[in-house]
Amino acid sequence: MDAVKAGPVPAPAAPPPAHRGGGALHVALIGNPNTGKSTLFNALTGMRQRVGNYSGVTVERVEGRYRDAAGNPVVVLDLPGTYSLSAASPDEEIALGVLLGRAPGVPAPDVVVVVVDAQNLERNLFLASQVLELGVPTVIALNQVDAARAAGLQVDPIELTLELGAPVVATVATRGEGLDVLKHAVAQAPSLPRPERLFSLPADAARALHPVEALLAASGLAAGAAAMESLRLLAVDHTDGHLAGIPGLAAAVAQARADVTGAGHAPRSLEAEVRYGWIADVVERTVTRVAEVGRTLTDRIDAVALHRVWGPLLFVALMGLVFQSIFTWAQPLMDAVEGLFNALGGAVGAVVPPGDLHGLLVDGVIAGVGSVLVFLPQIVILFLFIGFLEDTGYMARAAFIMDRFMRSVGLHGRSFIPLLSGYACAVPGILSTRTIESPKDRLATIMVLPLMSCSARIPIYTLLIGAFVPPVALAGVFNLQGVTLLAMYLLGTLSALGMAAVFKRTLLRGQARPMIMELPPYRIPSVKGLALSVWHRARLFLKKAGTVILSLSIVLWGLATYPKTSPTPGATADQAQEQQLAHSVLGRMGHAIEPAVRPLGYDWKIGVGIVASFAAREVFVSTMGTIYGVGAADEQSGSLRQELQHERNPATGRPAYTPLIAVGLMVFYVFAMMCMSTGAVTIRETGGGWKGVRWAAFQFGYMLALAYVSAFLVYQGGRLLGFT
Amino acid sequence: MSVRRALSDLEAGARGRVVEMSGDGEALKRLMDMGLIRGTTVEVVRRAPLGDPIEVRLRGFMLTLRRTEAEHITVE
Repeated sequence: MDAVKAGPVPAPAAPPPAHRGGGALHVALIGNPNTGKSTLFNALTGMRQRVGNYSGVTVERVEGRYRDAAGNPVVVLDLPGTYSLSAASPDEEIALGVLLGRAPGVPAPDVVVVVVDAQNLERNLFLASQVLELGVPTVIALNQVDAARAAGLQVDPIELTLELGAPVVATVATRGEGLDVLKHAVAQAPSLPRPERLFSLPADAARALHPVEALLAASGLAAGAAAMESLRLLAVDHTDGHLAGIPGLAAAVAQARADVTGAGHAPRSLEAEVRYGWIADVVERTVTRVAEVGRTLTDRIDAVALHRVWGPLLFVALMGLVFQSIFTWAQPLMDAVEGLFNALGGAVGAVVPPGDLHGLLVDGVIAGVGSVLVFLPQIVILFLFIGFLEDTGYMARAAFIMDRFMRSVGLHGRSFIPLLSGYACAVPGILSTRTIESPKDRLATIMVLPLMSCSARIPIYTLLIGAFVPPVALAGVFNLQGVTLLAMYLLGTLSALGMAAVFKRTLLRGQARPMIMELPPYRIPSVKGLALSVWHRARLFLKKAGTVILSLSIVLWGLATYPKTSPTPGATADQAQEQQLAHSVLGRMGHAIEPAVRPLGYDWKIGVGIVASFAAREVFVSTMGTIYGVGAADEQSGSLRQELQHERNPATGRPAYTPLIAVGLMVFYVFAMMCMSTGAVTIRETGGGWKGVRWAAFQFGYMLALAYVSAFLVYQGGRLLGFT
Repeated sequence: MSVRRALSDLEAGARGRVVEMSGDGEALKRLMDMGLIRGTTVEVVRRAPLGDPIEVRLRGFMLTLRRTEAEHITVE
């Protein structure tokens, strides 16, 4: 890394750096959010992308490659969108670390491409001016020049090249314009003079900063980078990871602040004031306003979308549409997935002779993986909507509308959509918490997200309500069954918000994070970009299904199958299955936990259902089907309902299930975190490794505790009140 | 007019020039990085339907901030 940046600034025509690893040129793409950076990245690299994480943090690492005109391989790293290199958020810290060549496992870039939005040159040049100082070969992609022209702004790329001392290429990423020129400029950049600081500090301030700069340079930073960092450190309070080890730095910064203040400057605002002062001159010389444009389309849309009355109405209507589509559009696809796995099971079952291998493949592997993959259509549709809202620019508006409400439970406006997604499935909800900047808010959101009643709970609610809640009318309009279902959803939602408030006041206590957020102009999203982001996330889920979920399915099948018993003579196939289950490890586990669940009103059979559904809650229904020997059961199954209604407790002769027990059981499932996919995603998104496992275990534990206590209170409290 | 007021007290549609900024380091730094510094002209565009946060226009783009953050910004 040092070989790349060692060139003193300015170095006339420095030789191209020696490339590492197969001779590929490493390019880092950086820019403000909403500059079309990702579109440019997609246009440059096409489908050749890899998505992963930076080590130790949940910041997405997106990498792609292309070959330049000479046929040389180029690796492009798409850094997270950021407004500055202030290292205030994990995204900014990563971006700064990569550019300085200090991010673990990421090679220092040979060339940096700064994407700037031509419509918004002033704000975009702030980041560009910081990057230029680092002394790494830099190319400026002046993007969205078409939109700027439409807004009456003309930016002169040649004039801007002279001002910045780095090549400026005009691009329209959405139409692929300017890409060849950009690729050419990237290939040439290493042989151009290195960029450098373009403004000078007031002499007294420069003197005050000198000791800090010297310390940083001695620690191995290039001269330009040391100058950039010393100016930046004047305004930040926290110690950044990559600077923590420099002895005497904190004291030198404190002294520099005092000296700068003594010279009559404000240390906190010095960097912004000198940079924006320089930018104002640059903009004056390079931007011409050719036409006055009145209200933009965005202004007109926002007059409705953020209106005091229409705004919230539109918001509710949009969310309603999203959910309506998830449940109606996904249904045929879900049926298709289910049919596919049934057919697969049938086909495999026909080839493999009956026996343990048959059971393992058909009941274990195929049924187990199928029961999870059936949610793939919902997950894909939800990601499509989230991506669409994000790419059009509406997501920021949703956060703006909901911020006041979310803040009442200590969360940020950005937490709302992920939580809402939890009604369909916690997996996409947790994955979409990445837009929440504050790590603590993000963790709190992930922790409470599985409390939102997801679609996997519907089979359980439907079975129990159908069997035990009479369809009587309430107040003439409402049906008691529907009201019960609604109550379950409300219970989940309110406890999610309540627990978020608890976590934010205890475990994840922290300062309220600022709601400083850009409302970007509305845009029509690119189909390709949307498809890619949905694909990356769906693939993540598929990978889990192929690994974690597959192995757990096999384990569960084994628990339900061994040890073997021979059925009593004359038993039907269903009865034989029932006896086998009772005899298996799973059945014994049900017996073993009976003392623990008896205070909730459950017998060992419900115990088996609970144990079996630890991996996926909807398994409860099919397990009850097996226990009651009704063969393949689903929640609509009339025979399973009747079996449950007629089941007697052998000790007392009274019904084993009462409406009270059924309600308690539903409440149990409102709270219990019984979903291995969610657990796997929580581990990944809370930092992975043991750290992630600990958070996932905590999530599982507190939700199980909530479930147990609530079911206990419902049952025992209900009995005290005289219900049955 | 050169009446000094907190940005949070400005009506929708009103504009002013920033004369002073104070308050919490992180929020302040973020605002300054985005171009809200002394001398910048800001216009309050609207308040969110629940009264908070507020939307402002500066340097040709739209920014949201909470009242608690806008209270620390004095404009004239």
